Amino acid sequence: MNIHEFQAKQILSRFGAPVPKGQPASTAAEAAQAFASLGAPKAVVKAQIHAGGRGKAGGVKLVSSAAEASEFAGRLLGKPLVTHQTGPQGRIVRRVYVEQASDVARELYLGLVVDRKAECAAVIASTEGGMEIEEVAAKTPDKILTEPIDPVIGLAGFQGRKLAFALGLRDKQVGQFAALLASLYRCFIETDASLIEINPLVLTKDGNVICLDAKLSFDDNALFRHPDIRELRDPNEEDPAETEAAKFDLSYVHLDGNIGCMVNGAGLAMATMDIVKYYGAEPANFLDVGGGANSQKVAAAFRILLSDERVRAVLINIFGGIMLCDVLAQGVVDAAREVKLEVPLVVRMEGTNVDKGKQILKDSGIKVIAASDMADAARRVVEAIGVSRPG
Amino acid sequence: MSILVNKDTRVLTQGITGATGQIHTRACKQYGTQMVGGVVPGKGGTDFEGIPIFDTVEQARQATGANATVIYVPPPFAADAILEAVAAGIELVICITEGVPVLDMVKVKRYMRGTPCRLIGPNCPGVITPGECKIGIMPGYIHKPGDIGVVSRSGTLTYEAVYQLTQLGIGQSSCVGIGGDPIIGTGFIEVLKLFNQDAGTRAVIMIGEIGGTAEEETAQFVKHSMAKPVVAFIAGQTAPKGRRMGHAGAIISGGRGTAADKIEALRAAGIAVAMSPAELGVTMKRTLDGAAA
Repeated sequence: MNIHEFQAKQILSRFGAPVPKGQPASTAAEAAQAFASLGAPKAVVKAQIHAGGRGKAGGVKLVSSAAEASEFAGRLLGKPLVTHQTGPQGRIVRRVYVEQASDVARELYLGLVVDRKAECAAVIASTEGGMEIEEVAAKTPDKILTEPIDPVIGLAGFQGRKLAFALGLRDKQVGQFAALLASLYRCFIETDASLIEINPLVLTKDGNVICLDAKLSFDDNALFRHPDIRELRDPNEEDPAETEAAKFDLSYVHLDGNIGCMVNGAGLAMATMDIVKYYGAEPANFLDVGGGANSQKVAAAFRILLSDERVRAVLINIFGGIMLCDVLAQGVVDAAREVKLEVPLVVRMEGTNVDKGKQILKDSGIKVIAASDMADAARRVVEAIGVSRPG
Repeated sequence: MSILVNKDTRVLTQGITGATGQIHTRACKQYGTQMVGGVVPGKGGTDFEGIPIFDTVEQARQATGANATVIYVPPPFAADAILEAVAAGIELVICITEGVPVLDMVKVKRYMRGTPCRLIGPNCPGVITPGECKIGIMPGYIHKPGDIGVVSRSGTLTYEAVYQLTQLGIGQSSCVGIGGDPIIGTGFIEVLKLFNQDAGTRAVIMIGEIGGTAEEETAQFVKHSMAKPVVAFIAGQTAPKGRRMGHAGAIISGGRGTAADKIEALRAAGIAVAMSPAELGVTMKRTLDGAAA
């Protein structure tokens, strides 16, 4: 789960990390007030959306008066901002963050992630601040410093110093950096974060270390023990169909194609998308109904995938292990009746109670194209929308 | 022959009285697995359909001589259940539970360092040696005893692969679901090592998916150390960047972990990669026929 920059900075500041003073604003008037209350000669107004690349896209501006803050906020608010991460339709800016400007002498990169290979949290740091770290890693891997953290010992003092010196910090900055890193690590562990990214971390002209930007992501699997963080979820930043799916404990990701897919199991769901593409069409979604789905859940899944107007045919691929094929079939029949299914439906079922399931579909009178295996299913659904694949 | 489990494996169920624990303990017992005990704190002294229940794993092990355990307890308590099994000296711990926080697994892995215990999972279907021992949630009837090893990060996609093999008359030595999470007990390489040493395994199907670099590292291992043919499939060729595709581990971050990278690495190591998930079985058949010719 992702949160906004201003929320990330509020959390980091609670853990003692140095962040610039700032205030969120959702109207131009609030932005002007925020500028005034900061009492600084200059401030930065930043669009708050869950995507990077805001600066380059024109979503960040240095302002030197309340009027200027209000004017720029007015220009952003309520309109889409298109960055290289948002896709062409962009994201509607509903809030800006007005923050005290910093005199930047140097920009660094600092991040915390779970290192899958080392099987622990790890610090990533680089002198190349302000750039995408993936790009730095690809072009100049020697400029990426990593430091795994032992979960029993925690972050050791020497690790902070080692990184600080490697980043070229001196004097009081070394201690400040080590203290900042300790705060970030504590935040990472105590909030079950999956990513903390400070890019850039800046050294100001008066020699201080400050988190100029901040991105926090959290482990969805750990949200059960962080109700306060769950509250920060912004439904405006999520696809409505994905939010609806989450209510039913369905895993749904909206994609750009026109074949609606409903599958049990994440691996099989991905493989089903792949085989649709292999036969020349594009999947409209990833949808995993999970193992223990009942017919209500299946019906909800069916409604959600059909709510996408681009869907021109539906492919259901179920390998019933825990999931029973008859339960699935009943859910599909109920939902198809309710939504008045108007697009071709291809069903491939295998596994527990498969014969009962096939009988339910047959008796329902709903037009179902039955497929014998995965390849047959993909071929039939692609045929149904009139795409033919050479060979 | 087989790896990890066989007809002599004696299995406990942690969380035997929960809905999932009940269904699958029953199904595994019906399959012929020696389900020797269950663990539910506070229900020691009772039983589940004749299987004795204990308060702690340690008591259960002492009383039953169990050498394996399967965990179905809910995510908030799963890591603790693993720790309890490791502390009790159980050799093989299989954690089926989906949704375990990743930082819990960081602690578990650190705790397990230096212990002789092997963990499979979490977020996995389990392990089966067809005809001998089924531990987990896979449908037993799709399997057939034979000499092909199966190792996979996915659940239902593993069933798909097994089903295709069985339909072609090709049986399996053992099938291991290693789990779809970012941090898991046992990875591809360790399972491949076991298959490599197992006289009853002739070739291996490995099913990977997007996210992380486990498949790339495995390709290197296969190239240098694997004496048996390996056939692979990578799920998620059509997955968009930065989105989690169901499994917590299935996310392409910053251009790393893509299906294309993995397929290229596997091919470079001489592994036959099926481009369609419907061709897993036939790709293995072709590989076996080629090796026999």
